[in-house]
Amino acid sequence: MSILVIAEHDNQAVKAATLHAVTAAAEIAEKAGSDVHMLVAGQDCQGAAEAASHIAGIARVLVADDAAYDHGLAENWAPLIIALAPGYSHVLSPATTSGKNLMPRVAALLDVMQISDISAVVAPDTFVRPIYAGNALATVQSRDAIKIITVRGTAFGPAEASVGNAPIEAVAGTGAAGLSEFVRAELSKSERPELTSARVIISGGRGMQSGDNFHLLEKVADKLGAAVGASRAAVDAGFVPNDYQVGQTGKIVAPELYVAVGISGAIQHLAGMKDSKVIVAINKDDEAPIFQIADYGLVGDLFKVLPELDEELGKRQE
Amino acid sequence: MKALVAVKRVVDYNVKVRVKADQTGVETANVKMSMNPFDEIAIEEALRLREAGIVEEVIVVSAGIQQCQETIRTGLAMGADRGVLVLTDVELQPLAVAKLLKAVIEKEGPEIVIIGKQAIDDDCNQTGQMLAALLGWPQATFASKLKIEGGGAEVTREVDGGLETIAFKLPIVVTTDLRLNEPRYASLPNIMKAKKKPIVPMTPEELGVDVAPRLITLKVEEPAKRQGGVKVGSVEELVDKLKNEARVI
Repeated sequence: MSILVIAEHDNQAVKAATLHAVTAAAEIAEKAGSDVHMLVAGQDCQGAAEAASHIAGIARVLVADDAAYDHGLAENWAPLIIALAPGYSHVLSPATTSGKNLMPRVAALLDVMQISDISAVVAPDTFVRPIYAGNALATVQSRDAIKIITVRGTAFGPAEASVGNAPIEAVAGTGAAGLSEFVRAELSKSERPELTSARVIISGGRGMQSGDNFHLLEKVADKLGAAVGASRAAVDAGFVPNDYQVGQTGKIVAPELYVAVGISGAIQHLAGMKDSKVIVAINKDDEAPIFQIADYGLVGDLFKVLPELDEELGKRQE
Repeated sequence: MKALVAVKRVVDYNVKVRVKADQTGVETANVKMSMNPFDEIAIEEALRLREAGIVEEVIVVSAGIQQCQETIRTGLAMGADRGVLVLTDVELQPLAVAKLLKAVIEKEGPEIVIIGKQAIDDDCNQTGQMLAALLGWPQATFASKLKIEGGGAEVTREVDGGLETIAFKLPIVVTTDLRLNEPRYASLPNIMKAKKKPIVPMTPEELGVDVAPRLITLKVEEPAKRQGGVKVGSVEELVDKLKNEARVI
């Protein structure tokens, strides 16, 4: 039996998080001796289906093009996946807010336990997943006939996006459930890279003291081509919106370089960034726990350090 | 209408968890236990709906061992009206909890169910969605704003790119995100009053629910420890190291 990956897309392109889920699916497929299909559901999503067909390791693309699938409403998507599920041994999605919203609904309707946020594939029925904010790793085995899985993107590399040429096949929609209706979206507009796919991230914590002070971070971010993140403390204090949040209950990131500014290093923040390749901590408190995991620590007042950093990076770019 | 809130007893968020030497789980003996923080937000939201005159009664439900009664009692001290405790020694997984809650909901008839989006122990983020699925209700997950009016709910949700607002039919399952509200503290008089509020015990057998775990935990390990690095003396040194040693900029 094949493995199905649910694509997250914007109708034109498949989002980066999905490429990481494909890698996890390919690992399962290799161990199980099966192949990987991708479902693209949406309205006017042929462009995304086309993009999906070029992803490495995808053997077939299924497209459900229907107004009911616009905006990713779980109430409408779940019946579609249930209809397709009998042909699959595993259904995977990235552990993004859409995947986290949708997949448990699918799992419950199939009467199976979802395996959330896997970070490694041990066998086709056995997976590793972080628990307690990543302070422990559980190896779990599923007894269910079909495995419903969400994938922690930072634990798997991205599949190549432009090599394959899989056949695209239309599948019948299941209509709207009539339970929910999209009203509006207020998406953060930013020229900077997305947090979960950025190569460099610079985050601010409570030490930033105000939302206005985040412009100091943004200047450095622009020099580094970095995304801007925040700790839960900074979000709770109202400095920045929640979609900036890196941590157990926010986004999980693992960039090449993570710069934590004015962040003390609460367990719940470390849970979201400790797999970054290189970590830099800038904090005036030399006892801050963040220094215990930082590759490079700089003890100092961030209001002095950030402008200096901005200047120093500027000098080197000249 | 009635509101039902489900709460979970978890290791307190301030506790640094330790993996057991025999790799069967994490140490929970003699560890401070508390209500899952997202469930406190759920209770607060239900209380605000009651204070706004939208909800008449707030019922707090928990499932697990006898000590979960303390967690329900915390909710009653915040202001909820009464409790239901589904007693079992079995390790409960989200699907089983969703089935138990469905059975309780069919008895109680709430029109709004509010649950934390995620428990900070197993980090599953499943129960609310599963419950909505089993009931055939809509699911307003990761809510940061909830408005009940005209027989429906308008909910603003925290999504990866920002915020999204969806209109839902009632009855509904709502799961809470951080910014929905700031939970109140229980006042001393309310703590005293809560001691007299009723908590009805039930069992999975009485509710006709099979709670056997579907996932077997083979082992629980500590993640690889990250080694601390060096302190640098200046911004110049930092940039130099990032460029020439770590080679990341």
